[in-house]
Amino acid sequence: MTGKTTLLPRPQDDGHAIDAEAVNSAAARALYKKRAPIYPKLAHGRFRTLKWAAMIVLLAIYYVTPWIRWDRGPMGPDQAVLVDFAGRRFYFFFIELWPQEVYYITGLLILAAVGIFLSSALFGRVWCGYACPQTVWTDLYIYVERLIEGDRAARMRLAKAPMSAEKLGKKSAKHALWLLIAAATGGAWVFYFGDAPTLLREIFTGTASVEIYLFVGLLTFTTYTLAGTMREQVCTYMCPWPRIQAAMIDKDALSVTYRRDRGEPRAPHKKGQSWDGRGDCIDCRQCVAVCPQGIDIRDGDQLECINCGLCIDACDEIMAKVDRPKGLIAYDAHENRLRRALGLKTRYRFVRPRTILYGVIFAAIAVAMSYALINRQTLSLDAMRDRSPPYVRLANGDVRNGYTVRIINKERRIRPVEISLHGLDGARLAAFGHETTPDNAIALDARADAVTTIRITVTAPQQVGPPHPIAFVIEDAGTGEAGRREAVFVAGGAR
Amino acid sequence: MAEDTREIDAETGRQTTGHEWDGIKELDTPLPRWWLYLFYACIAAAVVYWVLMPAWPMANGYTQGILHFSDRANVARDVEALHAARAPSFERLHAASYEQIANDPQLAEFARAAGESMFGDNCQTCHGAGGGGRSGYPSLADDVWLWGGTLDDIEHTIRVGIRSGHEGARLSQMPAYGRDNLLTRQQISDATEYVLTLSPVARANEHPSAPAAARGAGIFQEQCAACHGADAHGDRAQGAPSLTDNVWLYGGTRTEVRRQIEQGRGGVMPSWERRFDDGQVRALAVYVYSLGGGEAAAPAPAPQPAGATGTAVTPTATTAPAPAAPQTPAAP
Repeated sequence: MTGKTTLLPRPQDDGHAIDAEAVNSAAARALYKKRAPIYPKLAHGRFRTLKWAAMIVLLAIYYVTPWIRWDRGPMGPDQAVLVDFAGRRFYFFFIELWPQEVYYITGLLILAAVGIFLSSALFGRVWCGYACPQTVWTDLYIYVERLIEGDRAARMRLAKAPMSAEKLGKKSAKHALWLLIAAATGGAWVFYFGDAPTLLREIFTGTASVEIYLFVGLLTFTTYTLAGTMREQVCTYMCPWPRIQAAMIDKDALSVTYRRDRGEPRAPHKKGQSWDGRGDCIDCRQCVAVCPQGIDIRDGDQLECINCGLCIDACDEIMAKVDRPKGLIAYDAHENRLRRALGLKTRYRFVRPRTILYGVIFAAIAVAMSYALINRQTLSLDAMRDRSPPYVRLANGDVRNGYTVRIINKERRIRPVEISLHGLDGARLAAFGHETTPDNAIALDARADAVTTIRITVTAPQQVGPPHPIAFVIEDAGTGEAGRREAVFVAGGAR
Repeated sequence: MAEDTREIDAETGRQTTGHEWDGIKELDTPLPRWWLYLFYACIAAAVVYWVLMPAWPMANGYTQGILHFSDRANVARDVEALHAARAPSFERLHAASYEQIANDPQLAEFARAAGESMFGDNCQTCHGAGGGGRSGYPSLADDVWLWGGTLDDIEHTIRVGIRSGHEGARLSQMPAYGRDNLLTRQQISDATEYVLTLSPVARANEHPSAPAAARGAGIFQEQCAACHGADAHGDRAQGAPSLTDNVWLYGGTRTEVRRQIEQGRGGVMPSWERRFDDGQVRALAVYVYSLGGGEAAAPAPAPQPAGATGTAVTPTATTAPAPAAPQTPAAP
């Protein structure tokens, strides 16, 4: 609490009210202000349950994924998801990507961006409220805090209390547990970049590389500070998404909304009192007390709001107790506020040009990426013409060009391949250390899951003239899979 | 600052600096604390750095730091490690015959890569990147060889050089017919016309005069055939190039051919025997061979007329009138 604003003495109201003040309330705003600590109260209800479920699933995915094994034969790593920087490969279950295929990752990032646009246009900032790592880990940290120090009131009391053995013990236990979680988080991160069981053993026996400890330490630090001590400040001050959300959310998008028309005028309420001439809001401030961002949703849509719906749970619980209909705070569209004021029926338009557009873009990218992935070539070649000398004139007047040819074999087996040339009459291929077949192709074994580089010379009775387009074609002698690469043959200018 | 300039701003509760410009006062806003702490942390890190790492210049050297970190030593160690890592491959290169190298893709790749780097450091200056050559410096990428294009021939040339002063150097010397007045200007002109008729490319570009060429034919047989051969196909034993192909060391124009007959130019290639060890020479030979012009070591076929297809079958030595006859000038 700011200390500057104190709540006015309030009349008795059945004990539902709580002493809570929004951290960003107009009265609490100052040019220079220290952060007001927030002690979110535990909410009970649908959205709290949903948040617990999301937290468990997402954390499980994060911590467990590196431990999933996947058989890739004797030559490949057996970790299902692995970013192998040293070997320059990305493994994801049955998919193995090479560095030059990083566009799949780009596609994934675009999908993520469009996906967050779409979810925002439909349901508001649900990403922020349920799935963002900042939210998930903050939730976990608050859970730990609550486990050790108790719920809101107890935590506030403890914070105010003078230092004692009990306070020191509780604080130490909390921070120790936080650090443990942070270390596990940093640890899990590095497991994505190396063999998890080996790394774990190395980390604990002190034999891991300095970089490993550095990254574990770094992520331990960021997890501890971001989820433990900075929390809502990350969302409010550091994250760009709250600024962008305004462009993604329109009058039809859902967001956590206080139904002003129903709630006002707000006033404390005593059992048995009449509800005539007043709103349903009993000003109990439970919605403020449970808010992890420390705001008052009744002030309207706010930059700080992460749309997690905990205030809905808190309010619904109170509404049930005072025997009023639930939904005073609910996921609602802005449009409906206006419609209610005009006495119109509320309406929810999930299908509208914006969502259709986002949906179509999302689907198009997903389809394009899947198509590209399914039809991904495992055999291809690059051909780079020698730049010096650009061409060689031979004794009999023929011209020779040299090409550095890189055969890219993405399969985990040695493949017999043949490279032939198309588009140049009378051309003859030769490669140092390799036979040329009678039908003028270079036959060789492409190394498994690697690039094989050979230098091929092309000799042809070519006249002086502009660069002549040619194409190298590679074919797997066994499976018939083929790749093609355009190049040019140069015979030079004068003489 | 005067005593009574201290002032508390009502709006923010902060002190002003006491400075005022046209009624605008400056708040004495403290640095953000995160910034300040970061600053202190940097200072602390710097002190730690001084202790651990080389930091302060002294009159006599510099403070070493307790870690004794040195980039120079690191590089030396890395280079040593690199040599150690390459050593086994060079060992194999020493031991292997050229045939074994060609049949071992890994070793061939290593030899080529090592050769390429040596070529770049030592040979490229004259022979050009990729062995493309230029006027006076033979191309190593074509199929024309003055002294032979098998791996063994190439290795020998690298070892002893050409006119290098090495006791086993490849030697040839074309007489300077003009400078030394061995032929008259008219005779040189006629011989030039004749030589221009021999090469398809020169014939096409320079349109040699038939009567002059006819006169020159006799001069050629008298003066030049001893080295270049009666049919002008050259002689590798003497390093005498074929004059019948399309490749000219000093250029196939009338001017250049004439100048060559007049001056008998010949270049010098150093002997590399003392610079490189056996493995390195082999790597270099493999690289040069692989540029495209390498000739099979098989039983050398009899000289064939130029114009035969393919890779360097002809022993036609390069390029134009370069080195030719041995010492004795044009003794018929």
